[in-house]
Amino acid sequence: MSAKPLNQRAWWLVLPVLLLVAFNAVIPLMTVVNYSVQETFGDNKFFFEGVKWYSEVVNSPRFHEALKRQLLFTAIILALEVPLGVAIALAMPRRGAWASVCLVLMSMPLLIPWNVVGAMWNIFALPDIGLLGWTLNKLGFDYNYTRQPLAAWATLIAMDVWHWTSLVALLAYAGLSAIPDAYYQAAKIDGASGWAVFRHVQLPKMKHVLTIAVLLRFMDSFMIYTEPVVLTGGGPGNATTLLSIDLVKIALGQFDLGPAAAMSLIYFLIILLLSWVFYRVMTLDQDPA
Amino acid sequence: MTRLKWTVPVLYIAFMMLPIYWLLAMSFKTTNEILGGFTLWPREFTLDNYVKIFTDSTWYLGYVNSLTYVVVNTVLSVAVALPAAYAFSRYRFLGDKHLFFWLLTNRMAPPAVFALPFFQLYSAIGLFDTHIAVALAHCLFNVPLAVWILEGFMSSVPRELDEMAYVDGYPFWRFFLRVFVPAIAAGIGVAAFFCFMFSWVELLLAKTLTSVDAKPIAATMTRTASTSGYELGLLAAAGSLTIIPGAFVIYFVRNYIAKGFALGRV
Repeated sequence: MSAKPLNQRAWWLVLPVLLLVAFNAVIPLMTVVNYSVQETFGDNKFFFEGVKWYSEVVNSPRFHEALKRQLLFTAIILALEVPLGVAIALAMPRRGAWASVCLVLMSMPLLIPWNVVGAMWNIFALPDIGLLGWTLNKLGFDYNYTRQPLAAWATLIAMDVWHWTSLVALLAYAGLSAIPDAYYQAAKIDGASGWAVFRHVQLPKMKHVLTIAVLLRFMDSFMIYTEPVVLTGGGPGNATTLLSIDLVKIALGQFDLGPAAAMSLIYFLIILLLSWVFYRVMTLDQDPA
Repeated sequence: MTRLKWTVPVLYIAFMMLPIYWLLAMSFKTTNEILGGFTLWPREFTLDNYVKIFTDSTWYLGYVNSLTYVVVNTVLSVAVALPAAYAFSRYRFLGDKHLFFWLLTNRMAPPAVFALPFFQLYSAIGLFDTHIAVALAHCLFNVPLAVWILEGFMSSVPRELDEMAYVDGYPFWRFFLRVFVPAIAAGIGVAAFFCFMFSWVELLLAKTLTSVDAKPIAATMTRTASTSGYELGLLAAAGSLTIIPGAFVIYFVRNYIAKGFALGRV
């Protein structure tokens, strides 16, 4: 493929996007930066504080706890959803009416508003009148997600697996559909085992879409807010208070705008940094092709 | 072996349907039955919860509000993303790679970070509690996503198509709208689907930017859960109704999902 031509007038095509996103991104971001370096006692009077809030946030045990919970949550989510999504995609019918049925049914959770997802799991898991909670208690498990931190975590993770595994499966399925039948026939002639086909034919073809899936799941699980708030409200205690929940508690609950703004920026930087690493891996992958 | 293979998607889909079934079952129960104890299916089947939603304007207007800003956002996002994605896929220009990455960073911004500044920004320009405010705010994450998806689809269209059109003397915009857009119709379908999806499901920003006139249905539900007691049946009925637009949209793009996903990068 020849290199793309250099054309500075292409900027005109990008301009609408640039203006729209800049309006939404730059102005609010500057507001946050502004708050993060100032102190206010109300009356719209602000005093410059420098990096006070940043050092306060970085040294606060509360932030460390929320960050640890967030990292643990994201790690569990990725470890469960990516292999499960790939397994489902491999087992799905490749074409025909059943493939469409699978695709449509599996897309369902992705299109339900996030607070409805939370509310749905909230009533699904209620220990006395919810299908899941009632069944678990009948089976002899002492399960109550509003009181036991472990049960709350298990419910939260089950909810996220329910909600988002389809995204990984759909992307993996897209990668698999792009493999020409000739590859499978060649593998068959060579007498390749099921594992060999997966390792040397299917996995390389899925590599790119899986990178996207991991990137999306990483970002979204790191930003998760609505579902856990509706499901557990961050409780019991602070057991499921992830970063976003803690941030909203500080900003809107206590109106500590300075620390909240400083925390916002640190939070955003963590996501940016980790996503940049993913992005580099992705583009490195693209260049030789 | 092939028979065993079926069990994975079947079990997964069963697991997916269970909470949805529970929500539906609960929406047909009376409050007394729900709080009275565990029943697997509705004993006293009732449509009262749905009747309430369709007759009370604070409820059904919530759906109208949500659909309005979602549709405006989807059209806006795809319309501005199309030329931009074309530029990224066909040309090099000053700062293109940086700009592309900067756009993506906005997809990574946690809505919780932007909630308060958005409230202040849209209040200051007098758009607070309007549909257009939510539609514009959702562009923050939908426009980068649409650019990303469309760029993937466009890059798989051979550049000879463009060159041929120029040789035939097509002006740029006519070529773009008459030749190029139809060639990537599947990509536009997928991009619109994703924009619709992310705008429909997002609540934090939609709730922050509205109070009465443009209040999304999901926010109406939150209010019910907290203030007017524990009306689980009503909540379940409202929740069940929010699934319908999604199911509707999937039905229309089902062929695009199957074929489309493989064409683009997403």
